[in-house]
Amino acid sequence: MTEQGNSAPLALDRADARVRHEAGIGGAVSAFLDRVRSGDLGSLPVIVGLVVIWTVFTSLNPVFVSSSNLVNLLFDCSTVGVIALGIVCVLMVGEIDLSVGSISGFASAMVGTLWVNQGWPVALAVLAALAFGALIGSLYALLFNRLGMPSFVSTLAGLLAVLGMQLYILGSTGSINLPYGSALVDFGQLMVMPRWVSHTFAAIPGLAMLVSGLRTVARRRTANLSTPSVAGLILRVATITIGLELIVAYLNQSRGIPWMFGLFVGLVVAMNYALTRTKWGRSMTAVGGNREAARRAGIKVRAIYLSAFALCSLFAALGGVLAAARLASASQQAGTGDVNLNAIAAAVIGGTSLFGGRGSAYSALLGIIVIQSIASGLTLLDLSSSLRYMITGAVLAIAVIVDSLARRSRASHGRA
Amino acid sequence: MIESSETSASVGELVLSLRGISKNFGAVSALTDIDFDVHAGEVVALVGDNGAGKSTLVKILAGVHQPSSGTINFRGRPVTLPDPRAALTLGIATVFQDLALCENLDVVANIFLGNELSPLRLDEVAMEMRAWTLLNELSARIPSVREAVASLSGGQRQTVAIARSLLLEPKLILLDEPTAALGVAQTAEVLNLIDRVRARGLGVVMISHNMEDVRAVADRIVVLRLGRNNGVFEPDASNQDLVSAITGASNNAVSRRAERLRMERDHSSSAQAEELRP
Repeated sequence: MTEQGNSAPLALDRADARVRHEAGIGGAVSAFLDRVRSGDLGSLPVIVGLVVIWTVFTSLNPVFVSSSNLVNLLFDCSTVGVIALGIVCVLMVGEIDLSVGSISGFASAMVGTLWVNQGWPVALAVLAALAFGALIGSLYALLFNRLGMPSFVSTLAGLLAVLGMQLYILGSTGSINLPYGSALVDFGQLMVMPRWVSHTFAAIPGLAMLVSGLRTVARRRTANLSTPSVAGLILRVATITIGLELIVAYLNQSRGIPWMFGLFVGLVVAMNYALTRTKWGRSMTAVGGNREAARRAGIKVRAIYLSAFALCSLFAALGGVLAAARLASASQQAGTGDVNLNAIAAAVIGGTSLFGGRGSAYSALLGIIVIQSIASGLTLLDLSSSLRYMITGAVLAIAVIVDSLARRSRASHGRA
Repeated sequence: MIESSETSASVGELVLSLRGISKNFGAVSALTDIDFDVHAGEVVALVGDNGAGKSTLVKILAGVHQPSSGTINFRGRPVTLPDPRAALTLGIATVFQDLALCENLDVVANIFLGNELSPLRLDEVAMEMRAWTLLNELSARIPSVREAVASLSGGQRQTVAIARSLLLEPKLILLDEPTAALGVAQTAEVLNLIDRVRARGLGVVMISHNMEDVRAVADRIVVLRLGRNNGVFEPDASNQDLVSAITGASNNAVSRRAERLRMERDHSSSAQAEELRP
């Protein structure tokens, strides 16, 4: 609470009388409404969209919200979700990578060839695939930094070239089956967390928020800055913890939380930390917002682009390996079709701006849940992929329209 | 017109010394053979008409552009400024005319951009505190340092940009049109700030079109015209001399206007005299 007695000196950041400062829970709510009204939507559209989609599909087929279907949904989310996480990186700096599908397909083909055909240890094959991904991304960054090649074009060329390499190494057989019972395939298809582990994980975010929130309050108080409301913090922590525990309890009624989804969420949390709490993340946001200003502030802009492209391709390769594990095969179809656009759509639907400088790692998580919900719901209704493409396309278009409109509204309301 | 060596006797050591700096953009010579000195504890005003090369010179000193020829000596050592980071590391801070702020980041993030505290675990509380201290030193009126810069007015952005330049305790500050976007009170605050910075023994280079501001703070006025040195003046030099150095002739738009006004006044007074005559 920002309670200042009449005698107490004003906090350092509360000295300006012209600014209205909201206090308490009511204040937090009205500040949130203010933000939304001026176009700072955050994750609101995707959450509203998710509620609509789930309501519609559940009313059409109640199996949709069954625990076992949702667990399957989480398995499917993890593979493309990891790719979408990479897309968030390039979108943050205002660039794009159109070749993530091909890279994921080539990575799965590489694991299949090296591990099954050549007899490499599986870990080494996976590492080789990831290294290849990072290498491709570095190549894009080189073309972008040194030759000024727009990422749209270089990655479009990469899409074809890498797809060609995938077809080449798979050769005439066209597909390689990964052995059932191996650790990689089990990870992609079967392994779920024991109940106590999943419940512990669900408690961690709330605890972390509580500890870091209380520490921030204490530090701000000693620094003579205004402090956020402790009651609001506890309310938020309680809501999140109870919500997560209920979700986990529901999913544990069937198989439970997949370890693969745990890996995905772990990566999302790590990327969120890196993007918001490190100098590197600050530089990414700055380069996406105003490249020249970032350069003049002494940021190594080229290195930032390199890290963004390399991370994106690395995540794409990892997503490909996970997809191979999920399907227990590396085929010519891996990474083709809608993988590319699903990954990009997930990042944009989740709220990462196509215009650079705005976004969050969580948008990959939220966006991919939307996309996979549509896919899963339509599959349950026994509708063909033609309809799925059309509906996903429409959702992507709506997401981009919301992004553009919100951007215009932010500009007129003086928000970034 | 005076020799620069006469005025430098009263101030500190030579911080920056440029000799024979030229900069070509294709066929255009933006700067030709510029000599320029700044001493510690001295405010040098850089004046000149539009296109005189003031901003180009500042960008060379900030490491944004590289000179086509010439030497830069900083604190007695010859240096090259291949990129902005090199200039910042040496202790040359710049407030650009276009401010170079990231609109999508908040005030604290902009002030500390490129110099964040504890890179792997950003220390937001310490950064926010330091930001408020810097802004309060400038008597800044910023509503909240947690608002994105996009929501600030022009004057507030100017203050943020100046606060950022002071963060690294530079030896030399370059201000490109620091008061152009400011109101009366804030202009006075910035001029006070320049006085304070000079008192701390820093060298200050200020570009301005406002002769009043220039005279108020500058120890020396360096005039550029069409990319060349065109004289060094004391702040008490006459307006006539300054304007003719800036525009390049005693017969210029300003003197012609003064002449015309005088003629009209004379004419109308003589006409009145005619009417009065019976």
